[in-house]
Amino acid sequence: MILVFIEIREGKVKKSSLEVLSEGKRRADELNTEAHAVLVGHGAGGLAPEVFPYGASKVHVLENSLLAHYSASSFSLALVSLVEEIKPEIIFFPATSMGKDLAPRLAAKLGVSLATDCTSTACKDGKLEVVRPIFAGKAFATVSFKSSPQIASLRPNVFPLLEPGAEKGEVVKKEVVIPEDQIKGQVAEIIREEDAEIDVTEADIVVSGGRGMKGPENFDLLRELTAILPHSAVGASRSAVDAEWIDHQHQVGQTGKTVTPNLYMAFGISGAIQHLAGMSSSKCIVAVNKDPEASIFKVADFGIAGDLFKVIPHLKEELKKAISE
Amino acid sequence: MNICVFVKRVPDTEAKIRIDHETNSISEEGINFILSPYDEVAVEEALRLREANGGTVTVVSVGNEEALTTLKKCLAMGADEAVLVKDETPETYDGLRTAKILARAVEKRFPDYSLLLFGKQSVGADNAQIPAMVADLLNLPQVNVVTKLEIDGNKGIAHREIEGALEKVSFSLPAVVSAQKGLNEPRYETLKGIMAAKKKEIPIVTFEDLGLKEEEVTPLLEITKLESPPQRQAGKIIEDEPEEAAKQMVKFLHEEAKII
Repeated sequence: MILVFIEIREGKVKKSSLEVLSEGKRRADELNTEAHAVLVGHGAGGLAPEVFPYGASKVHVLENSLLAHYSASSFSLALVSLVEEIKPEIIFFPATSMGKDLAPRLAAKLGVSLATDCTSTACKDGKLEVVRPIFAGKAFATVSFKSSPQIASLRPNVFPLLEPGAEKGEVVKKEVVIPEDQIKGQVAEIIREEDAEIDVTEADIVVSGGRGMKGPENFDLLRELTAILPHSAVGASRSAVDAEWIDHQHQVGQTGKTVTPNLYMAFGISGAIQHLAGMSSSKCIVAVNKDPEASIFKVADFGIAGDLFKVIPHLKEELKKAISE
Repeated sequence: MNICVFVKRVPDTEAKIRIDHETNSISEEGINFILSPYDEVAVEEALRLREANGGTVTVVSVGNEEALTTLKKCLAMGADEAVLVKDETPETYDGLRTAKILARAVEKRFPDYSLLLFGKQSVGADNAQIPAMVADLLNLPQVNVVTKLEIDGNKGIAHREIEGALEKVSFSLPAVVSAQKGLNEPRYETLKGIMAAKKKEIPIVTFEDLGLKEEEVTPLLEITKLESPPQRQAGKIIEDEPEEAAKQMVKFLHEEAKII
């Protein structure tokens, strides 16, 4: 059986977890087994109907009032008790901030190795085989496991969602015992900016700026584009971040984030090797840069060699028109 | 307050990665190696905490003797001591294996630590799992991907980066913290620091010294294939007037890419 950890944030199931469940279901079918999902948290069971359509035949709900707030230590303890009971062959996590925090803690408890941030999964001779980018995507490693259960976290925005099925299935509730002194570290508060932005790793469209943006004030031009484009976020190259034009959490590339949006728009980005590593897996790339020889054009599906400050105002108008149609 | 910082020697981020298909590994030829950038942030944070609270900063690396250069850099930045755990095994990308080695090194050599600092991931393996694994093996609290850290007595508060927000986490010491870029701006080594580092001896510890048995350090992950990423085909580049160029781009996104 394949067990998929479903992440809940602020009472909602994260889409990236449903992507992982969809992939879990595809592998389960291939291995002639079932995909199960696990929801952890106080009162998490109410979210089971949102999970069933993406391939779970059973949803395990781990409840305890001490699980109301996320902590890697308490969640991993809860998961261990489930894993020991139902003995999955494979466990998938989303490679989100929570998944990357939690999966290694569970793996260490189980004494098994873990493959992080995988971008493809397959079965070979009844065993799992995953591909994970290393060096931020400068190389791809195919990895197999010598320990069981086989645990992997899967990158958001990479695996397609299943066509939703029925909203029904079996819910198995389990009251887990967590000794209070085993909870190490607690989230005291989540700090969200007033006009919270979508994270670049989760956005469908990333609008990025580099050195060619010339200054922090000009990133407003990119924000005007993200205001028009659905589910989009502003990204940046390392040189823009190092110049302190924009915060580090927007940085795309090695020492920043690796992104795989449907569309990556690069403005004034030359395309240094570290940057290309972090965005070359985007499904579609467009670029605007003054220099027709810039490396970014080698990976772009469509490029404009021209002045971004002259192009963006027209682009805004044209995008508005296209979207309203 | 005594702090251990765990560091790794990695290829420069500017390096072009070539694959040696015979050994299924990264070709090291012509590559410049550096202290992993997030580890550098962790070292800096340790030095700042020592400056504020006293104590010592010990830097630990697992690897072959090439890693001595990386440890020397940390000493030159201001670390008090450095230790190399000698490991001649080629890179396995198995985080649990390294975590077991580090946890054992802490138990055996640094029992009186208050804080274990890591980079949030090494630049290269991109595993982002060793800090949490070490925390679990030593039954400690963990806060990963930290952009702000405050220590007061035996309590800590850290800001941890999550998608589109920050989590403020409270914890007690001893603890594991992993550093994200932005936590601080790492200092450059001074000439004085470099000279002092030259004089310091770096002890080399073996698995045997740590009482690690062979089965404990056997990799449980296998790299069956290593490849370069698929090459993207360069698309169309136009040099039209801005208005026409913008029209063409949106037309491409609408009609060909079918995204907008």
